[in-house]
Parts: sequence; structure tokens; C-alpha cells
Amino acid sequence: MTVRLVVVSHSAKIADGAAELAAQMAPDVLILPAGGTDDGRIGTSLEKVMAALEQASGDGVVVLTDLGSAVMTAESAAEFAADPDSVLLADAPLVEGLVAAAVAAQTGADAAAVKDAAEAVYRPPVHPAEAEHVHQQPPDATGDFELVNQAGMHARPAAKIAGGLSAMDADVTVNGADGASMTELMMLAAGKGTVLHVEASGPDAAKAVGYLERLVGSGFGEP
Amino acid sequence: MGLDVGWAVRWLTLSAQAMAEHRVELIELDRPIGDSDHGENMDRGFKAVMDKLAEAPPETPGAALKLTAMTLMSKVGGAAGPLYGTAFLRAATALGSTSDIDAATLATALQAARDGIVARGKAESGDKTMVDAWTPAIEAAAATAGDGDVRKVLLAAAEAAEAGAVSTDPMLARKGRASYLGERSIGHRDPGAVSSALILRAAAGAAE
Repeated sequence: MTVRLVVVSHSAKIADGAAELAAQMAPDVLILPAGGTDDGRIGTSLEKVMAALEQASGDGVVVLTDLGSAVMTAESAAEFAADPDSVLLADAPLVEGLVAAAVAAQTGADAAAVKDAAEAVYRPPVHPAEAEHVHQQPPDATGDFELVNQAGMHARPAAKIAGGLSAMDADVTVNGADGASMTELMMLAAGKGTVLHVEASGPDAAKAVGYLERLVGSGFGEP
Repeated sequence: MGLDVGWAVRWLTLSAQAMAEHRVELIELDRPIGDSDHGENMDRGFKAVMDKLAEAPPETPGAALKLTAMTLMSKVGGAAGPLYGTAFLRAATALGSTSDIDAATLATALQAARDGIVARGKAESGDKTMVDAWTPAIEAAAATAGDGDVRKVLLAAAEAAEAGAVSTDPMLARKGRASYLGERSIGHRDPGAVSSALILRAAAGAAE
């Protein structure tokens, strides 16, 4: 079982399209679109969202929303849900947040970690120089790994790294970028041959560095 | 004499009539600062409420407001759905199973409705939203509840809500779709504050 995702948008096309896009990177994750009103207009429907939450209930549900009233409808639906505490609303951009959440759910992360993966997309990138100021303590584990796959760091590897790390209890930076943020990793624009310097702190620091060593060393399973 | 389920049904019926009568006005208000669907959405929502009331006549005022809450949340479509839905739901919860609402209970229920809107929409006074109609309304209700006259409470709330709606004209929108317009939202009246004043005026009319 994995965490299920519900997409609440004013537009049925947006909800369907975002779900379709995210499903491409997370084939085993149930992603339910709940867009538009009952009669096919632009808007949000409590009934549609409640039905999706019902269908998604089980191992935790994370909800992604678009504009204002989608958030309010999702909050209302969550209050009516059989187990309101199992429904988490992610405060994240819909498309990027959904993709990051789907990737995290695919790797088996729990609902809180899936929500966090979505919201990590939102956080402004920390400038490496500032990051060094913040991390006064030496990291618990480090490693340097060379990108060996042809395409280097693109969307799929970034998603794998961010997804896997979001399920671990560790703060990880990769060349200064937040390892749990797919967008920050992609912004490194690291090509084949680039050495990734990994610094990890927290209980799962060694596990996180080991995870990156295997992932990068195997070329993310790509040529 | 307090307010009974007959009052609640009359209130909702007068609200539905007001939304139908002011549909175009609310659309015109929403056009420059929103997505010009508020009049349409409110009219559709309250028409659906009328259908539900006819299907299953409620036995208490609280039951009537709860039915209204669920219907508006499902049928309105825009932000007004969850906002008014939460307002009616919280008011229904505050009323419980009472069949005779006194002035103090009425003021408490109106306060619960306003608090529900604030909790759902996270707007504060001065943000150019329906909260700017509801907050003066509940203050006026609380100030008059001591006299024990429910009609006086409802009239005071309606008048304060109407003044509150007018007070949104010079405000800079900080919540909802209008907030994307920034300075350009100044000089327009908030459609949610206007529909709130209409609904509270209907509540007073139903008690006459």
C-alpha cells in the first residue's frame, strides 16, 4: 500500500492532466482527480472531493489544490471525512507539488513525508554560501559521487533522489541544494561527469549517503 | 416569542429570492475584481436549497441551516460555497436541536457563523471580504441581544452588515481572487460582503 493522492482543481481538465502527468513518474500510486463542479462547470464540488477522499482512504491521503476555494472545499471535505486526521493538505504548487508527492509516495514514504515532498518544491532555493552559514555543525555523513549516466541530473534522477530522501529522517544537501527538493536538484544542471558532494545530518544520515551512492553509481538505472 | 423552524425556512426562501433578484448586480460587482460568477453561483446554490427544503422539510431551525450548509457547499462551486457552507453549518451546530431560538442563542449562532467564515477563509477585518459585513453584524447583534428581542437583534445585524458592505469600497483586497488586482481593487464593493448583507436582511425580513 502507498499513500494516495487527490487533486482538487477548479478545472476538471487541470485535475485530470496533472494526475496523468504525475502518474507517469509514479505508476503504483493511486492519484484521483477531483476537478470542476458536478455539472461540468469551472469550480469545485464538495461531493466530488468527498467521493475522491472516500475512494482514497486507507494508508493516508495527501491532497493537492489549486486556487483559494479549492483549498476551502478540500478543507471542508476533510472535516467530513471518516478519519479527518488521515487527510493531509499540501500547501504546494499544484503540478510541481503533485509530481514531487507522487514520486515520494511511489518510494513508500508515509503521508507526512509525501506532504513534505510536495511542499519542499515551494521553498526558495538556499544559496550555497548562506547554507554554509546555517550548517555550523559538521555533517554526520558525507560522500562524493560522480554522475555516470549519459543525461546527468534531469527530472527522473532528481525525482528519485528527492523521493527517496523525503522518506528518511535526515537533512541532505547535494552540492548545496536541498536533497529533498526535486526542483533544486534539477537547478544544479549537473551533467555527466559532475561530482556530487553530499552532506547529510540526522539519524538517517549514513543511510541517506548510502542511498545516493547506490543511485548515482548505478546511473539511476539509465544508460 | 423566539424564532422557530418557520422563521428559518422563510429566511432561506427570502434569501433565495434576494439572490435571484440581485443576481445581475452581484455578477456586475464581481466582474471587475473577481471572476464574475458570484451572482450566478449564489442564485444556483439557493435554488438548490429551495429544492432540498421541499424534498425533506426540516423539523428544527438547526436542521434547516445544516441542510442549507451541505447544499451550498456542493452546488455553489466558487469560494462562497465552502464559506457560506461553513457559516451555516457552525450556526446549525450552535443552535443544536432547539426549536425556539431566543435573542442570546441567536447572537451566539451568528457569532459562530462569522467565526466559521474566518476559520475557513482566514480573512481578517479590512481585507475586503464578507468578513467586513459579518463582523459589524455580530457586534451589533451582541450589543442588542440583552434586550431579549430577536427582531431587534436581526435588524441591528442587517443594518450593520449593509454598512459593512459599503465600507469595503475603499479597501485594498488582501484575500481571494480580488487580491491579485492589488491597488486596482480599490473603489469596488466586495460582492461577498453584499451577498452577506442580503442574507442577513432576509433573516430580519423573515422575522417580521
